[in-house]
Amino acid sequence: MPAGPRQLTGDTVASALSAALPGAVATATAEWVEVEPARILDALRWLHDDAEMDAKQLSNLCAVDRHDRFEVVYHLQSMDRNHQIVVKAVVGEHDDPALPSCYPVYKGALLQEREVYDLMGIRFEGHPDLRRMFLWEGYPGFPLRKDFLQIPDHHPGLPKFPFEEPGVQAR
Amino acid sequence: MTTATEPYVLNIGPQHPSTHGVFRLRVVMDGERIQDMDMVVGYLHRSMEKLAEERTYTQNIPFTDRADYLAAMSGNLGYCLAVEMLSGVEVPERASYLRVIFAELQRIASHSMANGTFVNDAGAWQTPLMYMFRERERILDLFEMTGGARLTTNYMRIGGVAFDPPPEFFPAIESLVSDLPDRIDEYAELLIDNEILLARSRGVGTITAEDAINGSLSGPMLRGSGVPWDLRKAEPYCVYDRMDFDIPVGRNGDAYDRFLVRLEEVRQSTKIIQQALDALPAGPHKTDTPLALRPEPGEAYGRVEGPRGELGFYVVSDGGSAPFRFHIRAPSLINLSLLREMAIGASLPDAIVALGSVDIVVGEIDR
Repeated sequence: MPAGPRQLTGDTVASALSAALPGAVATATAEWVEVEPARILDALRWLHDDAEMDAKQLSNLCAVDRHDRFEVVYHLQSMDRNHQIVVKAVVGEHDDPALPSCYPVYKGALLQEREVYDLMGIRFEGHPDLRRMFLWEGYPGFPLRKDFLQIPDHHPGLPKFPFEEPGVQAR
Repeated sequence: MTTATEPYVLNIGPQHPSTHGVFRLRVVMDGERIQDMDMVVGYLHRSMEKLAEERTYTQNIPFTDRADYLAAMSGNLGYCLAVEMLSGVEVPERASYLRVIFAELQRIASHSMANGTFVNDAGAWQTPLMYMFRERERILDLFEMTGGARLTTNYMRIGGVAFDPPPEFFPAIESLVSDLPDRIDEYAELLIDNEILLARSRGVGTITAEDAINGSLSGPMLRGSGVPWDLRKAEPYCVYDRMDFDIPVGRNGDAYDRFLVRLEEVRQSTKIIQQALDALPAGPHKTDTPLALRPEPGEAYGRVEGPRGELGFYVVSDGGSAPFRFHIRAPSLINLSLLREMAIGASLPDAIVALGSVDIVVGEIDR
């Protein structure tokens, strides 16, 4: 799987991170490092402050619903060293997910965490202004969740195209 | 005798010329000064990220030009780069050059719009905007000539671009590129030392470099604060590593510096287009990619330096023909992270200028 052109591998980040904060790293792959959700703020603060990691900017924050758990993905950027670090936190609780907010470290999380809360329903504890953003207060449910539509026979995604069936000539 | 004042709520928008779209500000005023500000967005929310989960990778390309409708080419490009990263599709060299040409044309068109509406907000009512629309019009004509559409271009494809430009495209773009430097000098003469613009925008909406980085700002907002950060240099995609251009930066981080950065970026884009036209190789403009593309399970974050900043696409595949997750990292939204801090304590006209200098596109904020 492709890592971005200037991405620090998850293993590199994981070994540095677990040396500084024992027990913070859950797993790591070549692409990303997964951090224990309770330690996410500590981990991000360390990555932000460390001279080698230098993750001064939170360039992207979003969440993925994996049906039984949520992955919150942080794309961090170092301007001086010109590398990207991908950090993930997996929230196992699917009904009322919560995660510490990273606003104390990155002010840029203000609107991005609000967006994730609005559409995915993850509460960021410690966020100064966690309200719905695109939808209104009281909107039923969180539309980006995979179970949002509650249709029993709804299978997200697409069926096979006719030309993909065996024996049918495809362009 | 003393006059007691009490704070009052002032509503701006959602329909207001200074909000550049369907965007609402709820401002708490104490006399002339802003005490608090809250932005209300979502009027253009079309739930693109959810809809994309039900469409093929190719069918999702039109969403990317309807997000930031003033920079459709940049949106197309960022998304196609992300899917190409995810699926390992190769792009022919001619297509990479064409992508650079169209992305830079789009930057000029978008910056013309941004600077025109910004000086509009600052009081230069309509005249400079019409000057800048003159150039934007010619660029949109080039888009129409090539792809058939002017605004929502839907021009890039996974593995290349949809069409090769027709023969009449090349004389038209050559004449545009040779005209542009003079036109930019004309704007510069008209606006750079303009007393009213200086009075209205200098020292307004100032952001320090540290705040700009920490607040996730990107694009001219970040460079206006003096951070020389441009993805075209830092993480060159397409063929930007072969192009010779400079990254303009501001000194004070105020609205005026952002205006200057955009003006200079138009000049640099002209340079890039000229180089790309000179080096444009022959060959195919697209690789043959299956319509029902099924990338291996995985994820990719493709990003480009759009006119408004880092335009990123986070695409997750579960092996199906539609993305499992499709997220747009919208610079218009994230550049507003510091709007409240910029506005508090300012007067209302200054806050309008500060908002104008952010250069938002509401279609991209709401998606």
